[in-house]
Parts: sequence; structure tokens; C-alpha cells
Amino acid sequence: MNYLKHVGKYFIMLRQVFRKPQKWSVFQEMLFREIEDLGLKSLGIIAFISFFVGGVIAIQTALNVDNPFIPKYLIGFATKQSMILEFAPTFMSVILAGKVGSYISSSIGTMRVTEQIDALEVMGINSLNYLVLPKIIATVFFYPLLISLAMFLGILGGYFAGTLTDLFNSEDYIYGLRLDFDPYYIQYALIKTVVFAFVIATIPAYHGYYVKGGSLEVGRASTQAVVWTSVVIILLNYFLTQMLLA
Amino acid sequence: MIEVVDLYKEFKGIPVLKGITTTFEKGVTNMIIGQSGSGKTVFLKCLVGLHIPDSGIISFDGRKHTELGIKEHRLLRQEIGMVFQGGALYDSLTVEENIMFPLKMFTDQSFEENLDRVNFVLKRVNLENANKKFPAELSGGMQKRVSIARAIVMNPKYLFCDEPNSGLDPNTATVIDNLIKEITEEYQIITVINSHDMNSVMEIGEKIIFLKDGVKEWQGSNKEIFKTENEAVVNFVYSSNLFRKVREVYLKETK
Repeated sequence: MNYLKHVGKYFIMLRQVFRKPQKWSVFQEMLFREIEDLGLKSLGIIAFISFFVGGVIAIQTALNVDNPFIPKYLIGFATKQSMILEFAPTFMSVILAGKVGSYISSSIGTMRVTEQIDALEVMGINSLNYLVLPKIIATVFFYPLLISLAMFLGILGGYFAGTLTDLFNSEDYIYGLRLDFDPYYIQYALIKTVVFAFVIATIPAYHGYYVKGGSLEVGRASTQAVVWTSVVIILLNYFLTQMLLA
Repeated sequence: MIEVVDLYKEFKGIPVLKGITTTFEKGVTNMIIGQSGSGKTVFLKCLVGLHIPDSGIISFDGRKHTELGIKEHRLLRQEIGMVFQGGALYDSLTVEENIMFPLKMFTDQSFEENLDRVNFVLKRVNLENANKKFPAELSGGMQKRVSIARAIVMNPKYLFCDEPNSGLDPNTATVIDNLIKEITEEYQIITVINSHDMNSVMEIGEKIIFLKDGVKEWQGSNKEIFKTENEAVVNFVYSSNLFRKVREVYLKETK
């Protein structure tokens, strides 16, 4: 019953979030700040992880396909499919849930316990709309770019890992990348990304906004936010895959 | 005038405010006092609209809160300034940005006009040249002054202060008290202060409301509080030896 109560409260929160911003110039300013905090500041970690994981996928695939009847170009094919279909959209989103989710939850939670949200409300500002809507817009529009970059860097990582260690040659790898390429897979990955971006912005915001107590509770809310965001991403990943691919 | 009639509020079945009726006049520093858990903060939060009362009427110059729509409520709130116990300044914004925030949000003035207004209120609270500092770089007293500056930047009709002196040394507390009193008289604001600080009560409490267990137990001025025979008020206000002696001397002198 308690879970249902939280789900209901979450949707009631969303109703308050999706209102017309009270002042467009202030909203715009907030939006650019959120793009920087939630998007640009995640570029480094996303680039680093995807490049090396792409490399690891390529090496592991190469080491596991030592049968001469299995063509080498399958390494490029497997790396591309893994990166585009699963690793970039889903696991990067889980990583972002940890990095960005805890930031959103703790920053809003701290505003709550230090009465900064009350100060907004007393001024007559819709605090949910002011604080959460720019985060949603920033993540929903910026994360597809971030995830596209992760796909590219992962595939590039695979290329360098294989060619530098002579596990496969570049022609085979590039042939594998081009083999049976379906643009719909990109579309599928980006649809997932948009849904996950929404989840990454809203679930931690919910946990932070309704926190009660002090700094300890803010820390707990932050942990809860990361756990629930990850759980929801994994569940939605399953349902979206069923709906879009099966 | 703010008029409160028969205000009730409960949390999870436990009544916190039990039928409070009072008025707050313009240009007067009104103080709410009482022990911890007496309902002071809940009362203040009901007044500013952070808590919705279960029953009763709060009327701001004839505008009853229960009859206002969401838009009218928002407009009313723009006439309210509030000084929070911890300051509630936005950590990521400088002093200037903190004070300018309501101006940016609710007016169409240019940046220069906003800056003039910010500098004016900063001067009013004796904090010139602090524009570019962040809240974390300020002392507790300075943070309170910035909070007061932010609260008055929109020329509010109503000013609410939640324990403005908590955590401050006696000198700074007196500065803050005097500042609030001066602003109240100068701009003819309706000021309501929630306080534990008996110095403030004696110094600037032109109208004092004493709450006990969610009930208005006593009401009077800082002169009348010396003469009151109300046992609950006497036990609360004169709980320290110093204040008891001050009261005895005052009563002897005025006999």
C-alpha cells in the first residue's frame, strides 16, 4: 500500500511540474544551468566509460571466437549491437542515475531541509515547476546526444582495442559494423534514452522534494533515489524492448 | 490588517492550533511567543500559506485565504516577505542574485533597475559591498540581514520572521531587532515575529501573543507583560533569575 501511495504522490507531483513557467527568462536561465550541471558535466565520465567498455567488449568477443569457422567481422558486429542496443542507452542511463540522480536528490533535498523551497513557495513561486521542469527538459533533450556519443565512442574503443593488440584487423571490424545495420536500432535506443532521461530527472526529484528531517535523511533519500531510479530503468528497459523489438 | 478567526490545525489527529483568534495591525511589531511545541511555527506557517488550516479564517486586508483562487493566492504571496530561521538563502546564488531573485521573477524591470533596488535594500540593512559574496562566506548575522533584504526588496505589505535572532550573539540580535522595528515603522508593514528571545520581546514587542498548547493564552504589549498575573506567561517569560529581578524592580518603580 505504501508503494502505491508513493506512486500516486509521484504523479500528483508531475501535475504540478508540468505547468507553464511563471517567467520564461528565468526558466531559460535555469534550463541552461541544468544542461551544464546534468549534461555537460557528465560528458567526461560517459566518454571515458563507453570508450573502455567498447574496448573490453571487442577484446572479449575476439578471445571467445577463436573458432576458424566464425568470421572475424562478427567482433565488430557484436560490439556495435551491444553498444547500440544495450550498453549505451541502458547501462549509461544506470550510471547517470547514480551520478545525476544523487545530485538531483541531494540538491533538492538540501533545499527542502534548509527551507529554501519554503522560501520559494512563500514568494508565490511554484517550486516544483521552477526546480524540476528545467531538469526534465535538460535531460530529455540532452541525453540522446550524450548516449549517441557513448555509442560512437564505444565502437571506436572497440576498434582501437582490437587493432592495437592485433586481435583483428580494421577491415573486418568495419565490415562487421556495416553488416546488417538497421537504423531502427538507433531509433529504439534513443526512444529508450528519452524515457530513461525522464525517469532520471523525476524520481530523484521526488525523493529530494519530499524529504523530511536533516542531512542524514537527505543522504538516505539520495540512496533511495538512485536505487529506485535504477530499478525503474531496468524494468522499463524490459517492457520497452518487448514493445519495440519483439 | 491581518485578521485570524478561530484557526484550527491538526496533524495526524493531534490538534496543534485550537481556535486562535487575533489581529495584526500595520506599523506594529507583533510577536508570537510560547514554549517549544506550543504551535508558534505552525501558526506562522498557516499565516504565510505553507500549511493549510483545517478550519478558521485568515484575512489579509479583507482578502480571505479560503476564498482565493490559485492565481490570487500567488499574487497575495508576492505581497509577503519572510525571514526564515536559517536564512533560507539560495546557496548557489550570490547575495546580489539572492536579493534580485524576486525582482527577476515578478517584475519586468531592467537589470540596472533591479541592481539599484538591490543596492538600496543592501544599504538599508547595512550590508554594502557584499553583493558578490556567497551565503557560505557570510556570518550568521549577515545571512539574516541578507534574508531581511530579500524579504523587503519587493516592498511587501506583510513581513513574517521565524526566530530571526536564533543562533546570534546579543549584539547582532539587537541590531536585527532594531532593523526589523525600523523597517516596520518606516514602510508601515504588518510584521509578525515568532521568537524565543525574551530580550527581543521586551525591546520591540508592541503586541505580544503568548501561545500555550495551541491556545492563545495571553495577549498584550511589552509594558503589560511586566504587570501580568497570568501564571503561564510569568513562568515562561520570567523563567530566568535575571528577568525575575528586572520584573520586580520594574513593578516596584511603577507602583
